[in-house]
Amino acid sequence: MVEGQRAIEEYKTGNTKHTWDLKKLRSAHKILTSYSYKKGEVTKGYANRSLYVNLSSGAISEKPVTDEMKKMFTGGRGFGLKLLWDSLKPTTRWNSQENELLITTGPLCGATQYAGSGKSLCLSVSPSTNIICDCNVGGFFGPYLKFAGFDALEIQGKAKQDVVVVIDGEKGTVSIETAPLEETNTHLISEQLTHLYATENTDKSRQKVSVVSSGLAAEHSYWGCLNFSFYDIRRKVPRIKQAGRGGLGTVLRDKKIKALVVKVERFDGVSNHPADPVRLAEVGINLHREIRDLDRYQCNMRAVGTGHLVEIMDAYDLLPTENYRFGSFPKASKIYSPKFYELFTKIIPDGCWHGCTMACAKTVDGYTVMTGPYKGEKVTVDGPEYETIGACSNMSIWDPLWVLEFNFYCDTYGIDTISAGTAMAFYMEMYEYGILNKERCDGLELCFGNADAALELLHRIAQGDTGEFITIAAKGARRVKDWIIKNGWGQKQLVEDTGMESKGLEFSEYVTKESLAMQGGYGLTLKGPQHDEAWLIFMDMVNNAIPTFQKKAEALHYFPMWRTWFGLNGLCKLPWNDIEPANNAETSEPAKVPEHVQNYVDYQNAMTGWDVTKEDLILQSERCYNWQRAMNVWMGRGQRKDDWIPFRAMGPVTEMEYLSRKERYDKQLVEKIGLPQKHVEKMTVQEKLTMLYTFRRNQYQKLADAVYYRRGWTPNGVPAPQKMKQLGFTDKKMLKMLQDKITADEKNGLNVWGGTYEKGEHPPSTEKRYWEKWS
Amino acid sequence: MDHPTTVKILKFHAEKCKGCLECEKACSQVHFKTKDGGQKSAIRITKTGKGYSMHVCDQRGLCLDMCPVGALIRRKNGVVWLDKEVCIGCQACVGFCPIGAMRKADVRIEPFKCISCGSCVSACPEKALELIEVKIADIKQVVHYKLGV
Repeated sequence: MVEGQRAIEEYKTGNTKHTWDLKKLRSAHKILTSYSYKKGEVTKGYANRSLYVNLSSGAISEKPVTDEMKKMFTGGRGFGLKLLWDSLKPTTRWNSQENELLITTGPLCGATQYAGSGKSLCLSVSPSTNIICDCNVGGFFGPYLKFAGFDALEIQGKAKQDVVVVIDGEKGTVSIETAPLEETNTHLISEQLTHLYATENTDKSRQKVSVVSSGLAAEHSYWGCLNFSFYDIRRKVPRIKQAGRGGLGTVLRDKKIKALVVKVERFDGVSNHPADPVRLAEVGINLHREIRDLDRYQCNMRAVGTGHLVEIMDAYDLLPTENYRFGSFPKASKIYSPKFYELFTKIIPDGCWHGCTMACAKTVDGYTVMTGPYKGEKVTVDGPEYETIGACSNMSIWDPLWVLEFNFYCDTYGIDTISAGTAMAFYMEMYEYGILNKERCDGLELCFGNADAALELLHRIAQGDTGEFITIAAKGARRVKDWIIKNGWGQKQLVEDTGMESKGLEFSEYVTKESLAMQGGYGLTLKGPQHDEAWLIFMDMVNNAIPTFQKKAEALHYFPMWRTWFGLNGLCKLPWNDIEPANNAETSEPAKVPEHVQNYVDYQNAMTGWDVTKEDLILQSERCYNWQRAMNVWMGRGQRKDDWIPFRAMGPVTEMEYLSRKERYDKQLVEKIGLPQKHVEKMTVQEKLTMLYTFRRNQYQKLADAVYYRRGWTPNGVPAPQKMKQLGFTDKKMLKMLQDKITADEKNGLNVWGGTYEKGEHPPSTEKRYWEKWS
Repeated sequence: MDHPTTVKILKFHAEKCKGCLECEKACSQVHFKTKDGGQKSAIRITKTGKGYSMHVCDQRGLCLDMCPVGALIRRKNGVVWLDKEVCIGCQACVGFCPIGAMRKADVRIEPFKCISCGSCVSACPEKALELIEVKIADIKQVVHYKLGV
């Protein structure tokens, strides 16, 4: 199989072939609304307009993207936040009429020269969290949306029947069409629509179409994801990447959208019309060369994708197993990356956008489905990525083929593998304790490792099963916690401490117990516990580079801002630090990868013609980050209570966990809490657990104190209006809302630090209303 | 499908070269319709010590597996060919070419490379260049992937 230079037309996946009656599909379409627009050119990375579609009224219109909007919000996620602020109400929930689904691009999106430049940013009010969730996703949709003429797509309202929204960049039209006969599940509908809308019956023509879809399970679950297609001319299938977190696929189906389709007439390497294409190509070529020379010695992304992390996480006790009880497991080597390497198709450009030579998007082709409605079919499975493998290890599933099965069905049913895996791992732990059982689980034996039962749960969600457990389980860990507690099963605290969600969103797949900074990286976040804001475990736990609260807070300021920047520009974060220059370790701040930061400065300047510095990049992010936090506050969340994380994320909850790492924890009781060794030896495990519990919870509060202060927020985590003004915001409605909230907090006694400080320790500021001095 | 088994590649007789760069000028005429040579030539002649050396694509074809849109193909005559109408200018082939023979000129986003057309051979007044036929199996190279951990 490892042979190269096969002619493209000779590639064979071995997949089951489908033949679609395209005429029949097309003739069943009824065009509800059609809108013509003047095709335009993208200039220096911007199309300079956004597209608004209202499914309830059928209205379609264009909105200008102004220079002011570019200055304050940059693009991508920033534009999404701005458009949502203009359209939502504080009471808007995921299924409200006025809720919107945003897909935005960013000024660097669609460039082909620099690896990782094809990301779309998706935003909506999440069913899981009731606040805005943002996702960064690959696939061709974002770049094509921009080249078809729009920096952002904004969809409001709900259709009465299943529709597709088609943006035809060839004809310059946008239409809302009924789509009664198409399948709903992604691996089928993305193929149908790619064939249906391709101008010619050729692979190159199909490559100019991208489809966003979800699946049947998204209609019954809060875990719905969006699948973004990218047609592979070698495999001859539309492959997919997921905007997984927060249930955006649920919103898509609630709006009765079966799919979004975009098509471009043509595009080339300079369709963004960069200000300085020569410089842009130079920066890009340098990175390609670094990846060529170093990837195989660093992350090995080109061979195995993000799956290379499994063995590293297992070695450092960070791979979540059995619902984060442990960070490593004797069977884990069964799902190390070489096991998947054996299954992956090799020697194919695997970028999810053109020119990404990091190429982490691996697939298994010709995989034979083992269960459910597609049993026996041979399909292409996109992935598994690290998070999906981690989700399976969390459920104690150690067979690569079952990982693929879970991956395939989650994708095609439109389910986020992370949320589903993390939540099911929690259900499995509850099952082990007898808090859940076969009867309470509608007949499912959800024990750890029972992959069959996990898949059965997915199938039953997709079928719309109305069993009490299935219905609630599909809504995620938070709702199941409430349900268990309401029924009085088990101890409330145990249920609260072990269900790994914060803000209503399930954790992604890293064990954070031994890294306080990473606990903050999950808890002190905008959308919920996702590693895309900060990944500080090695810096904190392994290298001990940020030992004080102040240093941790600085890291929890810089890295979330830095990582936010990728989403403002339509970029992927991976080429920043999953490949590093050979001399990176010798630089002053290796964790920041200074040479690559400079690449991004040069890249943004070459595209836009601006003259920004690395500090300006952080400022761009800080504006959007604070704006999103302020919107969370506006929607009734975004405060200290919402940044809480379950104790399983902070330390050992059960005696078994304590005993499994007894030496480590005993040592901490002596070294960190200051108990005499002899005293520790006499304590019961329960006493030790209680001691750690109190200590670590207080550590987390102190961390939140330091981080809020560093970010320019009040002790309750509310962005100060003075801070917003410093960032350049003048929106009166926003500033007044924040001031009113702070005044109310003052009355309710919420403007106080959360940590308990011992003698000689101090909170970040002893001054009351310290933020009022900033102006 | 019939696959080519041989390809013509350039052979350089260093002892004959006097560094006139007529080959580069002929090459840039083929690719950019200009006699500029230099950055716009797929073949490059550089002075090394007392003599000259040639730098050009040897048709090993590693780039074929790098192209995301299928703009790079091995033609019937065995030559690795970039179709610039299909190319989307990502520079993956430029960055990954192990000998730096896939080139990018400032005037155009799409790269270019030697197509073994022989223009440089005809243009060389010293007969320092020659097209020779080699077996593709002997020169073929594919992207290297290391196995896991």
